[in-house]
Amino acid sequence: MSSKSGVSLRYRLDVLSRCVAAIGGGYVLTAAITAVLALTLPGHRAQATLAATLLSFAFYACAVLWAFSTRTATRAWAGIGVPALLLGAVLMLQHNGAGA
Amino acid sequence: MKEGLRQCMAWLHTWAGLVAGWVLFVVFLTGTAAYFNAEITRWMQPELPAAGISLPPAQAVSMAQTRLAGQAAGAEQWTVLLPGGRNPDLSVSWRAPARDGQRFGRFQREILDPATGLPAEAKPRTTGGGNLLYRIHYDLHYMPAVWGRWIVGICSMFMLVAIISGVITHKKIFADFFTFRPKKGQRSWLDFHNALSVLALPYHLMITYTGLVIFMFMYMPFGITSSYGQNQQQVFYDELYNRAQPVPASAGAPPLGTLAPLQSVLAQAEQAWGPGQVRSLSVQRAGTTDTVVTATRQYGHSVSRNGQLRFDGSGRPLDTDSARGNATAVHATLYALHEGHFAGWPLRWLFFLAGIVGTAMVATGLILWTVKRRPRQAKAGKTHFGHGLVECLNIGTIVGLPIGMAVYFWANRLLPIELDMRRNWEAHAMFIAWGLTLLYAVARPVMRGWRETLWAASALYLLLPLLNAVTTRRHLGVSLPAGDWFMAGFDLTMLAIGASLGYAAWTLGRRKPVAAAATARKARAAAPSATPSPAQEPA
Repeated sequence: MSSKSGVSLRYRLDVLSRCVAAIGGGYVLTAAITAVLALTLPGHRAQATLAATLLSFAFYACAVLWAFSTRTATRAWAGIGVPALLLGAVLMLQHNGAGA
Repeated sequence: MKEGLRQCMAWLHTWAGLVAGWVLFVVFLTGTAAYFNAEITRWMQPELPAAGISLPPAQAVSMAQTRLAGQAAGAEQWTVLLPGGRNPDLSVSWRAPARDGQRFGRFQREILDPATGLPAEAKPRTTGGGNLLYRIHYDLHYMPAVWGRWIVGICSMFMLVAIISGVITHKKIFADFFTFRPKKGQRSWLDFHNALSVLALPYHLMITYTGLVIFMFMYMPFGITSSYGQNQQQVFYDELYNRAQPVPASAGAPPLGTLAPLQSVLAQAEQAWGPGQVRSLSVQRAGTTDTVVTATRQYGHSVSRNGQLRFDGSGRPLDTDSARGNATAVHATLYALHEGHFAGWPLRWLFFLAGIVGTAMVATGLILWTVKRRPRQAKAGKTHFGHGLVECLNIGTIVGLPIGMAVYFWANRLLPIELDMRRNWEAHAMFIAWGLTLLYAVARPVMRGWRETLWAASALYLLLPLLNAVTTRRHLGVSLPAGDWFMAGFDLTMLAIGASLGYAAWTLGRRKPVAAAATARKARAAAPSATPSPAQEPA
């Protein structure tokens, strides 16, 4: 990876893009999953919140693995971005619903 | 990206491991030492009496209560820690009420002399002890604790990813064992790394995930935010731990200032758990009408921490913990698995060995990165800056930290007892030695750097028992016959560590001519005119 001749700029950008998708995107997705699970898991809300948070690092790891195993960086972003946006929308609706 | 899942995972494993490797090495090694934090502290305070004291719990409790009533009448909280388990002393501690502008009041602790019931005569030297290593494990050092916790947390997440991607990669590697492997040196390192990783895989996975769980609400607070709202953490914790429910006031509350003898609480707790099973008694709000006395059970009967009984000031039992939720039980278990308080001696040593294996796994992974790339560097005739940096950081960390820890123990014995900020200077000595090792690694050719620093580390550990013999009267000749296992165990462990490091240095020296000659031959063949740079393979 360190030799200058063997690695194209395109490859470097691809790796950078996946890193951002995995670390940043993966964190946002994990936060969204945790937030939604804390609201939806059965039982007392303290227990649901605790369970959701306990599981969060497993989701994060899956997101990172996805970002580096899928064929293209675009797919990596889509696989993380789309569910994050959907869950974000659920949270927005819930928040507005609770506020109204 | 690479073709194929296995190649992708191998790439991810390599780079996630490299980026976080050095911090993980520090976390693993200091965490492994922390399994014996109390024992290390004991060695670092040789003024304290040798072995555990034998004092009937009832007598100990009455002694402690007398002392507390005399010294800490106005305190908010009292705790009596009874001798037993890994704790050899009878000690009392109390927290004074918080003064204006303070969050907590002053905390004081005394070890009591079982003969007199007064504070022990021997004043132990001030030391960071094993707890300093324990703190470095998750707070690092020379930075705000919060930064350290974030850095360690991020690196732990890298570790989790490296473990999972390593397992996915490894499936195929196992098949590759029986096929084509040209370079022996690299193959040996790979085999070693695989063996260490697979040998204790459940431990590695458990310790990494449970480590993340310890500070999980700091790393991932969004579950609380979504179900409780912004800045409502306290509400969540109160609900989670049933704190909001007031202590049921029993009919006919005892009059102000009354605290029944704690022996009655001890007797009730021992009746429930068996004799010698009470680890500590603590009193909240002594001298008020809602005094609560909590008896805590000795570790070891269960993995997760439960086993508490509560009483009012007159010694009447209050209702015990209501049934815990499932998530609470899982959380408590994961937390306890990481801390390992429940582990008795055999299991504690097994955890320690697993920790060493984990440390070695990280180290061999880091070394493998360089071994794999050395032929390419030699072929190019010059060492790429990044490669040289990794080589130096590897020596500087993998040998540098053990050297630093040895010097920390040396400093404990050699620094003047009355030295101002003694505790800080012990730590400074550790980091200065570590830094010097790193500088040394930069200045020496790689293989020589490894060998020479390993010999130095080996000598520092092997000579520690001798230093102990010169500076205290509790050397192995005394501690072993006396059954003083705090001293003897530490000294013997240091000898074992020193011998292992010496064996590593010796092996490296023996193997050097073959590997280095081959590398040098290749280097000469590829670039006959190249002059060796300091960080290059020795010619």
